Amino acid sequence: MIKNEKIVIVIAGIIIGIISVTLVLLGNPANMGFCIACFVRDTAGALGLHRATAVQYIRPEIIGLVLGSCLMALSKKEFSPRGGSSPLTRFILGFFVMIGALMFLGCPFRMILRLAGGDLNALVGLVGFICGILAGIFFLNRGYTLKRTYSLPKIEGVIFPVIQIVFLSLLLAAPAFIYFTEAGAGPGAKHAAIAISLAAGILVGILAQRTRLCMVGGIRDLVLFREWKLLLGFLAILASAFVMNTATGNLSVGFANQPIAHTDGLWNFLGMLTVGFGSTLLGGCPLRQMILAGEGNTDSVITVIGLFAGAAFAHNFSLASSAKGPTTNGMIAVAIGLVVMLIIAVVNTRKAAATVNN
Amino acid sequence: MLDARGRSCPEPVIMIKKAMASNEDEYTILLDNRTSLENVSRFARVAGYHSDYTEENRIFTLKITKK
Repeated sequence: MIKNEKIVIVIAGIIIGIISVTLVLLGNPANMGFCIACFVRDTAGALGLHRATAVQYIRPEIIGLVLGSCLMALSKKEFSPRGGSSPLTRFILGFFVMIGALMFLGCPFRMILRLAGGDLNALVGLVGFICGILAGIFFLNRGYTLKRTYSLPKIEGVIFPVIQIVFLSLLLAAPAFIYFTEAGAGPGAKHAAIAISLAAGILVGILAQRTRLCMVGGIRDLVLFREWKLLLGFLAILASAFVMNTATGNLSVGFANQPIAHTDGLWNFLGMLTVGFGSTLLGGCPLRQMILAGEGNTDSVITVIGLFAGAAFAHNFSLASSAKGPTTNGMIAVAIGLVVMLIIAVVNTRKAAATVNN
Repeated sequence: MLDARGRSCPEPVIMIKKAMASNEDEYTILLDNRTSLENVSRFARVAGYHSDYTEENRIFTLKITKK
């Protein structure tokens, strides 16, 4: 059964890698078949939460991920509305995970896809990401916890998936108050057809729900428990996207002139350090939070709302990097984020907390 | 008896891992989600334990015994 699980996640990873590169071929921005941070940012922009005109579009991939996970959870009787595990702390962690991701220009998922496209800046990001996870493990081993979660009425768990259907309606109806990046004006204008993006999201949502795929969990579980399962999923995505990029002529190895990326090594490192640390404190990467949100976990919903708020702040106050590099405001925000995360980690770490109850 | 209800991963696995330091032949852990059940069972197997669970009202009682 252990072997079986590993084979399933490797196959899922291979499929997800293929889907990711295919989305780019069909219109998504380069190395951005999937990026939870970028897509949440684009959706926040479309809703007018920020006015960076280059990055505004309601991304159907996000909608699909949540709905795919929700449908799968329902059919497997795993849909389980719950919440109450330090919600506001999770909001703040989500907020700063987004600030870190927009410093680097990608969530852990896009970091893998950037690596698979030959973007070596992502390798620097990966080192930061691993260091962040190790920092999180340091506190986990000492009893860090955001306390337990509780069962909630079914309706609580249904709200977030329903909001996704509202988003889909807004995308399709395109009323005047929704902002879309104009053709040629930035990454927000680059996207595959709605039906394709939605289907891709649903499929990846289903696969990620079944396999518990998590970018941060992979490295965390290997270090904590010498458990390879989740990391195999991560590696399978990398390998399959790499092969797809090579086969379609989309591989370009190097640091300079990579699509929607900058070459400031220190800040690529620190951005992903923030993402790795924050995600470990949250118990999962942004993709995993999205999947759990679809399963009815409102702690993850609050985290995702934190991601939205972080994205809105990032573009309202020039915190997000661009191809030109990081901004001074962004550097200050990442530094504040690391300090805040450290405080959250310290105050939620108590030696006795992780031992026997009853 | 370990109570990992409401705990999200990796906390339940860390709990069992720490408990195993006492090197007893049997542990029981309460869990309330399938992901944690899978993760704790997997960890137990790798650590040389046999695991078996019962489910009641979405609460899993996982019994781990030394092989």
